[in-house]
Amino acid sequence: MAAKEEQVKFLGKWPSPFSNRVELALKLKGIKYDYSEEDLSNKSQELLTSNPVHKKVPVLIHNGRPISESLVIVEYIDETWKSNPFLPPNPYHRASARFWSKLVDEKCLPPLWDAFWCDEKGREKAVEEAMEALKILENEIGDKRFFGGDDVGLVDISANFVGYWVDILQEIAGLQLLTSEKFPKLYKWSQEFSTHPIVKQALPPRDKLFAFFKSRTG
Amino acid sequence: MSKGEEAVKVLGVWYSPFVMRVRISLNIKSVKYNFLEENLGDKSQLLLQSNPVHKKVPVLIHEDKPVCESLIIVEHVDQVWSSAPSILPSHPYDRAIARFWAAYIDHKWYPAFKGIAGAKGEKEIKVLMREVDEGLALLEDAYNNISKGKPFFGGDRIGYLDIAFGCFLGWIRVTETVTGAELISEAKTPGLAKWAKKFWEDDAVRPVMPETEKLVEFFHVVRTKYGGSA
Repeated sequence: MAAKEEQVKFLGKWPSPFSNRVELALKLKGIKYDYSEEDLSNKSQELLTSNPVHKKVPVLIHNGRPISESLVIVEYIDETWKSNPFLPPNPYHRASARFWSKLVDEKCLPPLWDAFWCDEKGREKAVEEAMEALKILENEIGDKRFFGGDDVGLVDISANFVGYWVDILQEIAGLQLLTSEKFPKLYKWSQEFSTHPIVKQALPPRDKLFAFFKSRTG
Repeated sequence: MSKGEEAVKVLGVWYSPFVMRVRISLNIKSVKYNFLEENLGDKSQLLLQSNPVHKKVPVLIHEDKPVCESLIIVEHVDQVWSSAPSILPSHPYDRAIARFWAAYIDHKWYPAFKGIAGAKGEKEIKVLMREVDEGLALLEDAYNNISKGKPFFGGDRIGYLDIAFGCFLGWIRVTETVTGAELISEAKTPGLAKWAKKFWEDDAVRPVMPETEKLVEFFHVVRTKYGGSA
């Protein structure tokens, strides 16, 4: 638990998977924090001051010092609060975890997101790329319970969009991307992930998230 | 202690700033390595096996195990050869700041910078140059805040963020030569101008930073080969 003089504040947006990564990290470490929901159409002074470069959430403010970029924040949390480490101790395995976390972030999320929001013209290509990305993850998860091994780690946190958001968005869009038939191992992982006792407390409620994204479709 | 050059291999190309990051970090640690120059038009079996997902350089191979992605390799080198000098800052907050700016450089600044070479027409070049300039102004501020009067982002010695950004200096000089524009200069970015000179002269950097003339020549060859406006 945080010491009396520790002050942890987190500026976020509840439907955002990037914001959620930070929430996951804080809850997995059992860190007490103050949360502030940002209205991105009317950004708070605090957000603009603490993330002047991007003006985006999530931002973590620890003892008055701000940190931005979800995966930078997650690594900071891991290095500052040492219990329940997100990264393995072996340097080679750490490098591998960082590699997969980056791959999820840069190569899997964009096509998956595009597949749901692209118009008819771009949709076919986006879906094809999304399926490629899911195939790569299917091969990587293999028979592991989590990407982190026995427990949730950096890669699982990074892949929260795949583990939870994709199921909701594909239902809304009428797409069948991540299914137990097409990607049995990754699908199994998504179930383990979203029912993990601490993770499930940090994830936004399914019906709320469903309604939020449904209202954004035409 | 390294068991000899064969124990550490770097797959790369002489002109890539990302490959330079890896070589600079190994030089900082005084690690001997075998540099295997790749032909990216005809990639080696070793490269395809070591980086099957991206098939890109740089790749570090240490004790037969490959590590990919330049900044991940730099962090890995810092951890494996953990004796001084350190590459990453010691305090988690300073590390977070360094990683934040490295992410900014790779995700925002570099795509605009890279775009200049392939830009079609004066208008597009102008837009991209403005983005690049704005980024350099932010990095100038970051340098002043982070270095706190010392020569480098890393303090007295070059560190992670110096490497993450400094690797582009050769290509920045090429862009200035080819377009006639000033990117890093005493007038526009006085802090970075001083920093750039010191970075280039560093013992870990000098052996791997190609001469600007060689890069300009390479740039023209590639341009002629693949088309694009003068």
